[in-house]
Amino acid sequence: MTATATQAAPATSFVDRVRGVRVASWATAALLVVAVVAAIALQPNLLTPYGVASTFATFLPLVLVAVAQAIVVIGGGLDLSAGAIVALSSVVAVQTMRGEDGLLLVGVAAAVATGVACGLVNGLVVSRLRLQPLIATFASASIFSGLALLVLPTPGGTVPAVLTGTFRQAIATVPMSVLLVVAVVLGWLVLRRTRVLRHIRATGGDPAASYASLVPVQSSQLASYVLSGAICGLAGLAVLGNAGSGDPFIGGDLALNSVAAVVVGGIALRGGIGSPIGAIAGAIILALSSTILFSIGLPTSWRALAAGVVVILALALSALGAPRRRR
Amino acid sequence: MTRVVAILKDPVVVAALIAVLLIAIGGILRPGFASPDQIVDMLRVASFLGIIAIGQTIVVLSGGEGIDLSVGTVATLGAILASRTMAGDDALIVPGVLLALGVAALIGLANGLGIVLLRIPPFVMTLGMLGVVGGLILVVTGGRADGRAAPALVSLVNGRDVLGLPGILLVWIVLGVVVTLVLRRTVFGARLYAIGTSREAARLSGVPVRRVTVSAYVLSSLFAALGGIAMVGYSQQVFLNLADDLTLPSIAAVVIGGTLVAGGVGGYLGSAVGAIVLTVLTSLLTTLAMPEWARIVVQGVVLIALLAVYGRQRRLRS
Repeated sequence: MTATATQAAPATSFVDRVRGVRVASWATAALLVVAVVAAIALQPNLLTPYGVASTFATFLPLVLVAVAQAIVVIGGGLDLSAGAIVALSSVVAVQTMRGEDGLLLVGVAAAVATGVACGLVNGLVVSRLRLQPLIATFASASIFSGLALLVLPTPGGTVPAVLTGTFRQAIATVPMSVLLVVAVVLGWLVLRRTRVLRHIRATGGDPAASYASLVPVQSSQLASYVLSGAICGLAGLAVLGNAGSGDPFIGGDLALNSVAAVVVGGIALRGGIGSPIGAIAGAIILALSSTILFSIGLPTSWRALAAGVVVILALALSALGAPRRRR
Repeated sequence: MTRVVAILKDPVVVAALIAVLLIAIGGILRPGFASPDQIVDMLRVASFLGIIAIGQTIVVLSGGEGIDLSVGTVATLGAILASRTMAGDDALIVPGVLLALGVAALIGLANGLGIVLLRIPPFVMTLGMLGVVGGLILVVTGGRADGRAAPALVSLVNGRDVLGLPGILLVWIVLGVVVTLVLRRTVFGARLYAIGTSREAARLSGVPVRRVTVSAYVLSSLFAALGGIAMVGYSQQVFLNLADDLTLPSIAAVVIGGTLVAGGVGGYLGSAVGAIVLTVLTSLLTTLAMPEWARIVVQGVVLIALLAVYGRQRRLRS
């Protein structure tokens, strides 16, 4: 039965898949290998258990935001407010937990709920008001960062020891941060076949055709932003686990870096193509590049410039690798 | 009658009415808000945003999802380069301005080439450039901003030398008129509207699409730097984030002015009125002693509300 199904699949779609999707993911994989090898060559202690644990811990926020961005982009949208959502949910979590271990679960719930609320705002504005995602989320970022300033006017507050502690723990010598990234990958592999995520991808690929095929386009757009907001809420917790205190200004670079990670990860910005796993690889490539810049002893004042140039170069490389198509 | 309705539906007229309304509300709530002195001061502050919005207007008009998210940091960099070069000396104004404009032109060129040759979407390219320019600012200053505006620049912005008005207003008006003439009466302007309406149709009609697109981004960076220089004349001291926050308002000004986000439709007069509306709104919120967070939130809400009025996309069910 499965054999007939495979034979029935049109040959052209297989060729298209090899040509279209594979080029991007091969480029991503190659870049990832280069980045890992270079980072380890320059900084051998990255390979020690402590090195892996602390490296992955600092990568985790960007990895999560990249996954969130990937879901929105695959759905044909864009979220420039991702960094602001991370900032808002992290300060809300800090203020609800007030440094008490017993309130950890309440804090987690608060962070995710904040993310969902922000995603709901974005999703409603984009799907119901039909505003251009780029400018609409740029504007909503202003709203979210303003609210973050209201919740926590200056950096500070204490994060419960249990959150920072769990974040540094290892289960059977595998660091928690690595487990979390693996959990995200597994979560995607399990969930990608669900109706909601298939609808999100269809909407991103061709909204008009999806609409004609009875895909609930508006609800799918809304769902992509809500899902992404929830993941940004988790990223807010990861930020807290790393920093140990709250900061309303955090997340300034996260929106840009998550978009760059998505592009490097082989996800087409026009929607419908790619997978969050590529975005995770893209995030790790970008984060490793800045690790490399740190380890070659660049003066502090040059680091921001070098990081910016790396992002541009990564974008340029992915643009060159992507199939040329006139829109 | 239909003529009156048509005029009242014009975004530029609507925006101008909103500005007048805001000033009237301010005058009622806080006597003195609508005084001529206060209004001149608000126009002076609006001129920085207005000059930056010239470039943003050109980029948005050029279509192809054109937008420049780097104008804020480019303006800051321009202000830093100019003020460090002039260091409070009138004789060094020209070299300072030229240096700032030269660097800005290179940044705009990089933006344009990345978009045209590498086909990086404009928002990604200019967002990436925002990071690069931010890094460049740290390299140039070493983290310490110590530039000072020359006295002549300060009196151009802060004085009242031209018929009792600040010189910068005259500069803004001249720039606005020139830009409007360039957009409406020159080949470049016609080509800009053409590629904004349809890149494919423009290309088939022999318009050098790539060259016009690159020019649009170069102009955007140039006007951003000019706006930054004007701003440092106002603040006299330079700061590392002097004009960073003007990116969102520059886009908002363009949208308020009725220029279509999709490109090809609109003009600069609307953006100039948009810059005035936003500045009056900010002054009003400041006068009413609104905290900083509320002002940031209001800015976002205003832009979304305006987009909801002007910038909605088509329904799928047609």
